[in-house]
Amino acid sequence: MHAPDYTYLADVLRRRAGIVLAEKKTHMIETRLMPVVRRFGFRDIASLLKELHYGHEALVQAVIEAMTTNDSAFFRDRKTFDEFRDIVLPALKQARADTKQLKIWCTACAAGQEPYSIAMLLDDAKLVDEGWSITLVATDINSQMIARAQEGIYSQFEVQRGLPIRRLVSNFTQEGANWRISDHLRRMVSFRTFNLLDSFGWLPDCDVVFCRNVLMYFDLKTRASVLDRIGDILMSDGALLVGPAESMEGFMQGYVPADSAPGLFYKTRPAPARRLSLVK
Amino acid sequence: MKICLVVDDSRVIRKVACKILEELSFETMEAESGPEALIVCRQKMPDVILLDGQLPQSSGIDFLKSLRSETRGNYPVVLLCTTENDPAHLSEAIVAGADEYILKPFDRELIAAKLAEVGLV
Repeated sequence: MHAPDYTYLADVLRRRAGIVLAEKKTHMIETRLMPVVRRFGFRDIASLLKELHYGHEALVQAVIEAMTTNDSAFFRDRKTFDEFRDIVLPALKQARADTKQLKIWCTACAAGQEPYSIAMLLDDAKLVDEGWSITLVATDINSQMIARAQEGIYSQFEVQRGLPIRRLVSNFTQEGANWRISDHLRRMVSFRTFNLLDSFGWLPDCDVVFCRNVLMYFDLKTRASVLDRIGDILMSDGALLVGPAESMEGFMQGYVPADSAPGLFYKTRPAPARRLSLVK
Repeated sequence: MKICLVVDDSRVIRKVACKILEELSFETMEAESGPEALIVCRQKMPDVILLDGQLPQSSGIDFLKSLRSETRGNYPVVLLCTTENDPAHLSEAIVAGADEYILKPFDRELIAAKLAEVGLV
């Protein structure tokens, strides 16, 4: 890949999706873009990148989707889910006992394993049976991933990663070589294709935001902007969960880490910050 | 050091599994059948058992039922290694006392992941 092509691709990904393209990843780029080359009928990657200059939206979106990382697993980084179940959820059950409403957003849900894992924990807590109204929104920049998530069908390989045997048997049905998530869990999640660079205006004020394994792909400015805008939609006592190994150093403004719970942060800004941000 | 008992009638699979487990800092014991595994458990109860679901004499499920009725038989975490993944088979394994399952063929990554899920790595 020629240096100008690489530079242009990196620029498109940064401008359109906030993604930082690491240096010397030529082989990875070619591997990921070849399916797009074939899908759009280009001769090679150079031809694709040349066409990319004209800003054909479907092509730009396909390139962004091809370049995003979609690896996920049920209950990935189990500690995060333990913190949600044992710390965040009990506190919110108490704090929202009068309204019985809970709003949760998964910012980068890939093929849906994270929101479905959350749905299973909410199901365990029997909140709906107790009259709670749950809004569980899950977004991803990759429309193909969102389509997969909505379908809720996973391979044996995927269910074997992180999903306890009891949950597999009780929450999935086998379809040939694959497994389909139960309808009642699928109905708990609202999926939507969404770019984190775009306005959060359509989102509700959230009690919990999961923003895991996505910030690391952004440049510093985008990372700060996303966290700042999450702060705008997070309720004053809301919780932000990032990956336990993800560093928030330098981006802590507006958040305070929870004691003894890596990856769990609370907001320090007063609500309703969203309205303040609109006035800015 | 945690102890893992590998139960499989294949010497090669036992050897491969033991090597993986030792790399994961487990002490290993081996048995090639359910009855032999029960004797090993009575002598020294392991922390975890990697159990072949298709043992020739008595099945892995049979061993599991016997194990769970032993004194301290509820202690070991049992990972059932199987080639069957239909819900009926998995349900039977759960009822018999399996904590998790691993679909064969397994590798180091899968064993490490499952052991991590059950809190042993």
